[in-house]
Amino acid sequence: MTPDLMEEGARRIARVQAPAMGQTESGGRAAGFARVATPGEVDVTHGRILYLEDVHVSFDGFKAINGLSLDIAPGELRCIIGPNGAGKTTMMDIITGKTRPDSGTVYFGSTIDLLRHNEPQIASLGIGRKFQKPTVFEQLSVFENLELALKTHKGVKSSMFFRLDSAQSDRLAEVLHTIHLADGVARQAGNLSHGQKQWLEIGMLLMQDPKLLLLDEPVAGMTDEETARTAELFLTLKGKHSLMVVEHDMSFIRTISEKVTVLCDGSVLAEGTLDQVQADERVIEVYLGR
Amino acid sequence: MTTPTIHLPAPAPLLTRTGWSAFFIALIVVCAVAPVLNLWVPVGSALHMSDYAVALLGKIMCYAICALAMDLIWGYTGILSLGHGLFFALGGYVMGMYLMRQIGRDGNYQSDLPDFMVFLDWKELPWHWALSDSFIATLVLIVAVPGLVAFVFGWFAFRSRIKGVYFSIITQAMTYAAMLLFFRNETGFGGNNGFTDFKRILGTPIATQNMRMLLFVLTGCTLLAFFLLARWLTLAKFGRVLQAVRDAESRVMFSGYSPLPYKLTIWTISAMMCGVAGALYVPQVGIINPGEMSPANSIEIAVWAAVGGRATLIGPVVGAFIVNGAKSWLTVTAPEFWLYFLGALFIAVTLFLPNGVVGLVKKLTKRGAAQ
Repeated sequence: MTPDLMEEGARRIARVQAPAMGQTESGGRAAGFARVATPGEVDVTHGRILYLEDVHVSFDGFKAINGLSLDIAPGELRCIIGPNGAGKTTMMDIITGKTRPDSGTVYFGSTIDLLRHNEPQIASLGIGRKFQKPTVFEQLSVFENLELALKTHKGVKSSMFFRLDSAQSDRLAEVLHTIHLADGVARQAGNLSHGQKQWLEIGMLLMQDPKLLLLDEPVAGMTDEETARTAELFLTLKGKHSLMVVEHDMSFIRTISEKVTVLCDGSVLAEGTLDQVQADERVIEVYLGR
Repeated sequence: MTTPTIHLPAPAPLLTRTGWSAFFIALIVVCAVAPVLNLWVPVGSALHMSDYAVALLGKIMCYAICALAMDLIWGYTGILSLGHGLFFALGGYVMGMYLMRQIGRDGNYQSDLPDFMVFLDWKELPWHWALSDSFIATLVLIVAVPGLVAFVFGWFAFRSRIKGVYFSIITQAMTYAAMLLFFRNETGFGGNNGFTDFKRILGTPIATQNMRMLLFVLTGCTLLAFFLLARWLTLAKFGRVLQAVRDAESRVMFSGYSPLPYKLTIWTISAMMCGVAGALYVPQVGIINPGEMSPANSIEIAVWAAVGGRATLIGPVVGAFIVNGAKSWLTVTAPEFWLYFLGALFIAVTLFLPNGVVGLVKKLTKRGAAQ
């Protein structure tokens, strides 16, 4: 068997399966052993949209991530908790291509090796990220912020001649409603309240239509009402999208979570429902038992 | 659930009605009023526009093009270049080479070669002068040379993610290095003296009143055209991506945009605009030498943009007129104070007018409207 022969065989299988492609996220294919990797398409037939194994990162000798292994199922809403310095943000940096791990594997679906892509490519593949500090384009209006995030061709030439079509306008209006900023379309993003900026950033993620959302402290600085609405939003997103939420607000996590992962010192300490991890003695020791 | 319709803002027009009116008034002033006042109104008349004024305004309009180019890269994209004088000088040198060839055998040594080459005892034209006889090739090279230099430099700098003050310092070093290179006689750019003593352009004498007026009109039209181009670029989504790169580059990347091609495009366009400005400048002032690449010149371009108001387009144009107007006045009346004045102006603007003169005017009119 030469690589050429294998590729030829792969192409033949692709031709046979072509009619079934594009029906679902995985191309309508069931789990099997002789499948073909389609570039840019997320293959979730193995039931995992994100897969990290034995990832190590150190900064100047400090082991920020130390043998982290974690996986997330399609449509899952996973909460990540952990004390400060546990490596939560660094983990997101690795997934989104901002930080290169020293060793380990990071896969999006079964076929896309995220370590081979840079930030814009990973974003285009369908991973959206909200930063811990709300990061929006302060000088632009709410509308322009969302328009920039819109899923479309993002090259220079298409940006020069870009016009919003009606389907895209509808999508934009829909997201504006979802994030409760419909009244503030023309407001400058820099003038929004902290909570509204958080919402705008979430809205920008939604415009990208990502398959996986990484949310770093999404309800920090929000009022109780805003927090409740955010929880509601996340629950509606669950199923259609996969979400990974890093939060410190335990009541918020209790509202939304099904499965919680506790990170400590750069690796997974415990995993399970919130009640399970809260009962875990090691977790109580490092995190909850103040 | 039915969602109530939201009125999404319509794309902004290239210019508003008042904007277009102002644009056409400026066009008429440049193309009709100025020539009439200079060429037909008799010299003694109060309405006469002196040759000095034509030369000064023509020069300032070249500077205004540079300020506009600086605004695109600094005001909109947040990349402070302190090397734009290089692109200006490169455009100027390309034009200068053509003008040197136009001298023909009328130089001091009556040779086919430019005087400085005879002086250096050179027997034939160096390779990089090959296209200098053709006006068409000159026109192409005026944008191509600064564009290419900017593209190559920008590609390496932006790919390495060099930002902020580091980028500014490197651009400063770039123009300084180029200046030292052009100062050398063996590089074939006329060394210390540069190019001067031009006689003709396209076979027509260059020092006549009509030719000066023609160059003035061309410069004005170029400035106006570049203004429209810049306006179009900044109003398109392209321009908003540039502002997004300025405000939160990581968010741009995580939104799926690769900042490199955006930065590179606007950087190269900006350099090309400066090249055109330089090419218009040289026949009007009649000389180009490596002094144009001195770091101070590049810094001055940034000062014009800052004084006028960054990220406003009209601001830097106004800034170029204000600063250079003040310069030509002060260097005559109190030459020893000019540099102090420039420094004080820059500090004052940075401290008290972060949005420049245009920002101040906007603030005042807003306050006036509110009362």
